[in-house]
Amino acid sequence: MFVAIAVLGLFLADLEIIGADPWSEFGRMALGAVTPDFTATDRLFDAVLQTLAFAILGVAVANVFGFALALAFHYRFVRVGCAFIRAIHELFWALIFLQIFGLSPLTGILAIAIPYAGIIAKVYSEILEEADPAPARAAPSGSGAISIFLFARLPDAWVHFKHYSLYRLECGLRSSAVLGFVGLPTLGFHLDSAFKQGSYSEVSALLILFYIIIATMRYWVHKRLLPAYLIAAVIALPSGVSISMTNVVRFFTEDILPHPIRVAESIDGAVLEKLWDWIANLLITQAVPGAFNTIVLTMIALVGAGACALAMFPLISPKFFGKKGRTIGHVLLVVARSTPEYILAYVFLQLWGPSMAPAIVALSLHNGAIIGHLIGRHTESMATRSDSPKGLNLYGYEILPRVYPQFLAFLFYRWEVIMRETAILGILGIPTLGFYIDSAFADIRYDRALVLILLTAFLNIGVDALSRRIRYRLRLKTTLNHA
Amino acid sequence: MSLFDLRNANARYNGAAVLSNITLSIAAGERVALVGQSGAGKSTLLRMLYEQRAEEAALLPQELGLVRVLSVFHNIYMGRLNLHSVWYNFINLVRPMAREVKEVREIAVRLGLEEKLFEPTGELSGGQQQRTAVGRALNQDSDILIGDEPVSAVDEHQSRVVLESINERHKTVLIAMHDITLAITYADRIVGLRGGAIVLDQPTAGMVPSDLDDLYRN
Repeated sequence: MFVAIAVLGLFLADLEIIGADPWSEFGRMALGAVTPDFTATDRLFDAVLQTLAFAILGVAVANVFGFALALAFHYRFVRVGCAFIRAIHELFWALIFLQIFGLSPLTGILAIAIPYAGIIAKVYSEILEEADPAPARAAPSGSGAISIFLFARLPDAWVHFKHYSLYRLECGLRSSAVLGFVGLPTLGFHLDSAFKQGSYSEVSALLILFYIIIATMRYWVHKRLLPAYLIAAVIALPSGVSISMTNVVRFFTEDILPHPIRVAESIDGAVLEKLWDWIANLLITQAVPGAFNTIVLTMIALVGAGACALAMFPLISPKFFGKKGRTIGHVLLVVARSTPEYILAYVFLQLWGPSMAPAIVALSLHNGAIIGHLIGRHTESMATRSDSPKGLNLYGYEILPRVYPQFLAFLFYRWEVIMRETAILGILGIPTLGFYIDSAFADIRYDRALVLILLTAFLNIGVDALSRRIRYRLRLKTTLNHA
Repeated sequence: MSLFDLRNANARYNGAAVLSNITLSIAAGERVALVGQSGAGKSTLLRMLYEQRAEEAALLPQELGLVRVLSVFHNIYMGRLNLHSVWYNFINLVRPMAREVKEVREIAVRLGLEEKLFEPTGELSGGQQQRTAVGRALNQDSDILIGDEPVSAVDEHQSRVVLESINERHKTVLIAMHDITLAITYADRIVGLRGGAIVLDQPTAGMVPSDLDDLYRN
């Protein structure tokens, strides 16, 4: 059924390739990719430093608040609040904070810290729930809840917290890089200008540095070095951008009020009527088409990601390829999943012009690579009989049927992620909700932007709930629940 | 005066009767061994008894209840969590104080765990883990100990050390065990269970292992 919806979506989607001469542009990009230019050392160093600084501080703040929220996660309003703040993409948070705090470091840190705190709270509370209850029962009675928590529950969970934080930092690096596209001084900012100048050799240098940072994380992230990193990050952040308090106050007391209420002297029938018109207009001209495109693109990208994953996982599976072949597969998959979908879409957009095609390809490749990686890893431990068939027969009869439930579980898990990203890709000019939100911000119509962001958040929450229901109905389990 | 008192007590698990019609009274200072085949209801009976004195008794559960990522020191220290403030506990979690290490070390030496004092318990052998759990119970400020098979994974010599230490430290001792010789040596009263009922309740004075053969006959 999902495939049928996606095929239907293909008819509804605008897939036109507009680029003047996509292939010659592609040729220049490919040339740039193989001739990386590391000579602009100052700029490269600055891009990397700022990306790291925002990511480290954002994730650190998110960890502190996420942990605190995880402890209060049994309260319904905390759960709902966390679901809400994580349903809004970090780029939307950045757009909001740009209006409030301008280009100050606070904008970037909060844009990462707020949605991440919501995600971390959920994951940490699940980890704490799964901690072995036996030690707490064996502790002497009268030991005080905090002491028991410190000794009997926290140590077990701590190991998982550390692993998850590392994964979050990797996500944080991607988010931080992408924040550059809305003006913060991170990698995306330099990528954007390098692209606009057509200096593709610098683009590839930036991307290669980014891959190196992510690939070597295991070696440079170390418990003892963290305080040093945090201090260095604070020093590295751009200074001299002052926050205007009047701006802050005006944003909350005036800018975000719906226009008819803002200009009204007092609230009466006429104002309410105008408010109704305002809402109806917003819904018909922006919210509905934006939501429609977002859903269409999400569905196509979901199936596309599934197809990519099924095509890609054999590349890293020892059941299909030897050691050499798998190395190439690993490199391909690492590149596809380390590059944020926003940057992938940006690259394809340069080639094909603004339509849904770049977004579909970017989302399918990135998410397909993530799922493909997990499934490929899964096949490593799979036992097949020694006389089992080879090649396509092995794939169709032996491997695919066994990994299929796992595959579906991961795919549905990514559904909400794909939807969040789909909305965001609107900022690049694809008419999803993000497109309307970005234009509203550009037109200084913050009231509209906020309504549309809320709508996006509710769509995400809805898809998340739906995917959880489907996974439950199909009895699918994600063993790696933070895939 | 009796510390534990059960009258016609029953227990069910998933609808099936595990204990039926148990009447048992244990006075302060008694050392009782619960014996019987596995599945006879020893663990359930111990749990019921523990609930009567959960406030004061030290518990040594069958699953040990160790925090696997914490060291032997920390797990033994946990026996005294209730005697210190949160801050004192927190400091000892992060950086054990010399005074506490000294006390815990004495227990560890006795149980043959000294060399493993700062190793995570998850990396120890089954017997070492069991002795760590015993250490935690010994460290607990309690006159009563309730233990479910505390020596099932340690060798004969170590078993004797463990049971002697428990008898020295705790006044009232209730232990489930399957080694009848040890039960007769270290307890002064034996309660035999079979099919969820008490079929034997005698002092150990003058008892020989073959007296208990009936309990294990199919």
